[in-house]
Amino acid sequence: MSFARHFTRRAALSLLAGATAVALAACGGNTGSPEPAASTPSGTGSSAAAAKVKVFGAFATPIEEPWDGVIHQALQKLATEGVIDYKHADNIGYDGGMERTLREIATTDKPDIIIGDAFGNEAPVRAVAKDFPDIAFAFGSGEAEVAPNFSVFDNWIHDPAYLAGMLAGGTTRSNTVGVVGGMPVPEVNRIINAFIAGAQSTNPKVVVKVAFINSWFDPAKAKQAALAQVAAGADVLFAERAGVIEAAKEKGLLSIGCMGDQKSTAPESVMASVTWTMEPTVRAVIAAVQKKSFAASNLKDYSFMKNGGSALTDLNTAVKGGIPADLIAKIDAKKAELTSGAFTTPVDEKTPAGSVGGM
Amino acid sequence: MNLIALFAATLVTVTPLLYATIGEILCERAGVLNLGIEGTMYAGAFVGFAITAATGSIGVGLLAAVVAGALAGLLMGLLTVSLGVNQHVAGIGTTLLLIGLSEFVNRLRFGGGTLTQVPKMDLLFPGVPFLEMYALTLVAFAVVAPLTWWVLRSTGAGLRLRAVGENPEAADAAGINVSRTRYAALVVGGALMAVGGAFLTLAVLGTFTLNITNGRGWVAIALVIFARWRIGPAVLGGLLFAVIDAGQLQLAIMPAFAHVPRELLIALPYLVVIAALALAGEGLRYPGAYLKPYRRI
Repeated sequence: MSFARHFTRRAALSLLAGATAVALAACGGNTGSPEPAASTPSGTGSSAAAAKVKVFGAFATPIEEPWDGVIHQALQKLATEGVIDYKHADNIGYDGGMERTLREIATTDKPDIIIGDAFGNEAPVRAVAKDFPDIAFAFGSGEAEVAPNFSVFDNWIHDPAYLAGMLAGGTTRSNTVGVVGGMPVPEVNRIINAFIAGAQSTNPKVVVKVAFINSWFDPAKAKQAALAQVAAGADVLFAERAGVIEAAKEKGLLSIGCMGDQKSTAPESVMASVTWTMEPTVRAVIAAVQKKSFAASNLKDYSFMKNGGSALTDLNTAVKGGIPADLIAKIDAKKAELTSGAFTTPVDEKTPAGSVGGM
Repeated sequence: MNLIALFAATLVTVTPLLYATIGEILCERAGVLNLGIEGTMYAGAFVGFAITAATGSIGVGLLAAVVAGALAGLLMGLLTVSLGVNQHVAGIGTTLLLIGLSEFVNRLRFGGGTLTQVPKMDLLFPGVPFLEMYALTLVAFAVVAPLTWWVLRSTGAGLRLRAVGENPEAADAAGINVSRTRYAALVVGGALMAVGGAFLTLAVLGTFTLNITNGRGWVAIALVIFARWRIGPAVLGGLLFAVIDAGQLQLAIMPAFAHVPRELLIALPYLVVIAALALAGEGLRYPGAYLKPYRRI
């Protein structure tokens, strides 16, 4: 009796452990392409693609996270166009999985290019790149490139952020604008500082309230931070992080999106969005590899507005209260200067204060 | 400092914590540390969102979140009550499983660039100072907290639950079904945690994003100990945390505080809770059967 009970308990336990392991394997590590070495996204079969460049995407976060999502979307687009043969693994994490995944891919799948995000994984990614000099590596990184085969890029979207600032400065009636950022790191600081500079250029009296939520992704917290800025008088909000537009929508205020086009979230509130696309960067890397001229470099210029790597989406004049025509003209003029190179957005990577201007 | 906005923000911040903390108190008073709390909130947030997206009805979505939370409680029961697995392992495993499963289904069902928007709850008394709040907040303060306090203190069910958590052998000898009581506590507790999670998707945001709970379950675990497994202090502790958290967001953007290191302000609510725990922690008495599976010998 007791034996039978213990037996069933043990059997049930091992069954459950097995089921959990299977479920975790399915939803953890490599969601989207469970077996990185074996799976191929549909439509990119390798048989008909002898000349295609083989690209592998390696992402520490799930691809739903906007930053890695931008890289993934660019690669996915090129795969659909038939330019590359693309596979990826995401949600690799920051605890050793990156080095393991990269080594396995480099030895078994032997892609021509590995593209991904090295933030939080700088040392492992660089170690693998060193051991596989024949593979071109292009990674999002806050550090320098390494010859011969490790190139770096970053989201240099300060140009459209400056234009977004002009828009905010020109539309605020209370002369108070709010920005909610993730963490005060150089990449985020330079976006917010460019935004502040832009706002000051169209409105010298503007006060910019800057909040950080100390997380890359906590929309509920970001919304609270935005509401605190509204309480302090802000009537235009720049959503460097997700969640802010919800606050603007709820309070009937104007907002500006970031990373993706967020107009659909609140068409009556979102005047424009600052967007980043990796397409120029990715195309440049692929072209170099095809011409066998790939060399380690800093690819940041490809994210600049003049190279089509970042943009401010078309202004949505249907927002509540509209956008003044002379402001639109000013922004268009500045956009032309940015594209021609007549104006260069100042780069300032210092942490902005919680309240800038108006003192 | 805008007091009306501070009050409104405090209520929004405290609501998910209240549901989660009260749910956890029920589990722990019955002798089960439910570390599945973070995953249960996450699953509640996702299921509430997904079913609202499918049916267009917030009510149905909320109900589905309750069912998901109850199922998560059943899973914890299966592991810790029926199988007697170590409660830490079972809880963390449940959290990992539920978060992974939610993200997996989210990708299958809603994968892609833009976030899916669903209808979201309206504020009660919009624009009325100090009364503007979501219905779930009102329910938490006016119904859930007083009701659980009364049930735990003054009803047979509450007495049985506490007996099972303090001394399961004696409870068993007195004819109380230990397993069934613990299962019931886990199911009801899980349902409450899931409502806390669903509040984030169905009231605050109207959409689901990865990492939506962002550690709020772990804050609730600390609040339970801070409150010494009692409902009243749990409500006060939650309010204390929430008011400081909401206050620091306002302070940080005031010109006078503009140059105070942000890290300090962000850490403030946690520092206060740690300090309060240290002060109140003297003579802390855990439920007698805390962490212990019960088997008849």
